[in-house]
Formats: sequence, structure tokens, C-alpha cells
Amino acid sequence: MGLVARILEKAGFPTICLTAARSITESVNPPRSAFVDMPLGYTAGRPHEPEFQRDLLRQVFKAAESIDTPGSIVDLDVTWSEDASWKDKATSGLNNGVNSVEGDSRQPRINEPQYQYEEDRVAAENFGRNDNAT
Amino acid sequence: MSQTNPVDYIQRTKEQYARLGYDDYRWAEKKESPPWTPIEKPISESNVALVASGGAYTEGQIAFHWEDDTGIRLIPSAEPASDVRVTHFAYDLEPAREDPNIVFPTDRLNELVAEKTIGSLASNAVACMGGIYSTRRAEEELAPLILESISNMPGEPVDLVLLVPV
Repeated sequence: MGLVARILEKAGFPTICLTAARSITESVNPPRSAFVDMPLGYTAGRPHEPEFQRDLLRQVFKAAESIDTPGSIVDLDVTWSEDASWKDKATSGLNNGVNSVEGDSRQPRINEPQYQYEEDRVAAENFGRNDNAT
Repeated sequence: MSQTNPVDYIQRTKEQYARLGYDDYRWAEKKESPPWTPIEKPISESNVALVASGGAYTEGQIAFHWEDDTGIRLIPSAEPASDVRVTHFAYDLEPAREDPNIVFPTDRLNELVAEKTIGSLASNAVACMGGIYSTRRAEEELAPLILESISNMPGEPVDLVLLVPV
């Protein structure tokens, strides 16, 4: 997303990137970033905790306003849990330290639409409401 | 004692790939200073657009596939996140399917509009797929589609873009 942020910013749109992977963000070097020390897959907060999620986003916007040096990363004040043991196990892919998967923890890369529900496939094939599908 | 520093996913991926006998993955590296557009308006008055790479789509749309899908889906920002579906090959989908706000936080952003933390939410949120393994394709195929949708946003012009990866 950092690559996209750089292109949007170049075209005249200010951006703020949320990130849970600080080293990757440092490498891609987007204009403004806010780092959350959370497992991958939970970038915008813990599920079903709306106040946690709102607080996280308020901090993101505060960070956006505060950054005046291109390439800055602000560390947000959010904690996944008292127990930081997920960090010992986390790699990338599905193995985010919350759930453990052995070996290559990615799903096979299939070149066919992957629906959450079979009904979604039926709906897409019937209505064709995809605005910008390529 | 668990580590307190951020997880270095570049290093972890290197170690994991070595264990699996894969070639090193080459992460995008941008040493030159990033482009810069100043934020002109207070954020409490800004029209904010969400761009999220968790593979979200909504009913009636064709879902993303899992092999470098560089397309986008536009999802009306007013649509409740509970109607949003997610698909991806490289993160744990189960929690995001229970509460899509953790990767596609439109409910929370609408609440931030109501409390005046942000001015408004752009009419559409832009959904895409992360895990495009080609930097060139991310820059030359995906990014222009996102830029076009941000530039041509129906309603108020976009003042600030929030990018949420997974």
C-alpha cells in the first residue's frame, strides 16, 4: 500500500498509511505512516471492539496532521494484549502469531474468483454489479 | 520473555523462505524521499477516502482471485461493514469475516464523521488485494486504477486518503 500511497501523493492527494509491518513500511517509504504493533490481519483493531477501533483511527488522523517530514512513521499507542508472545511466532501469511500454521502459511494462489459464500458467486454471475472488476 | 520490538517481517520471511528452500523475496525498496502533498484542510473538515487491501468485495461483485489480482472494487461507504465480504490468500480471514471493520473500517469511519473527528467519508471506499508479488504490476496496474477512482470520486472531492493494508 506504500507504493500506492506514493503514487497518490505524487498526483496531489495527501495520504496516511496504516501499517502493522514496520520494517516493510520503512523499506517502501510512504509519505506518512502510522504503525500499530498488532498481528497481521488486524490492522484496524481487534474484532468486535468498536471503541478500540475508533481510538486507533483517531490516533491515525492525529498522526496524519502531525507529520511534517516526508517518510515519517508515527508509533500509535495501541496494544494487542498484555501477552506479546504472538510476536515470537509471527511470520507473514496466515501465521500471524495468533494462529499457528506450519511451513508455507499461504493458501494456494488460485487464478479464479474466491468467494466467501457460494451465494456471492451466484449473485455476481446474475447481477454483474462489479463496478470496476478487471 | 517475549520481544517488545516490532516484528521484522522482512527478516522473518527471509528465514522462513530459507527453511522452505525458496529463493529470497525481494521487497520493494524506495530510497528516494517520498512525494509530498501538504494537508491543506483540518482533518475535521476533510473528505476522507478509504483504500484497503484486505480483499473486500460486496454482494453482486466478482470476488478477487488469489494470483496477483490487480483489480479494484468500489464499495459504497454507507454500506454497513457487516455486508462486506473478504477474500485473500495470505492472512487469517476468520476474524475479518466476523468483523470486517478490522481490515475495512467503514463503520468506524462513519462514526468518526458523526463525532466530527473527520469531515466526511468519500462516497466510495476502494477495495483491492494485497500480496501483489510484482512491484511493477502494483505500480503500473493497481495504482492507476486506485488513483482514477480517487480522482473521479462521485460527490465531494477527496482531501485525504487513508490506506489500510493487511
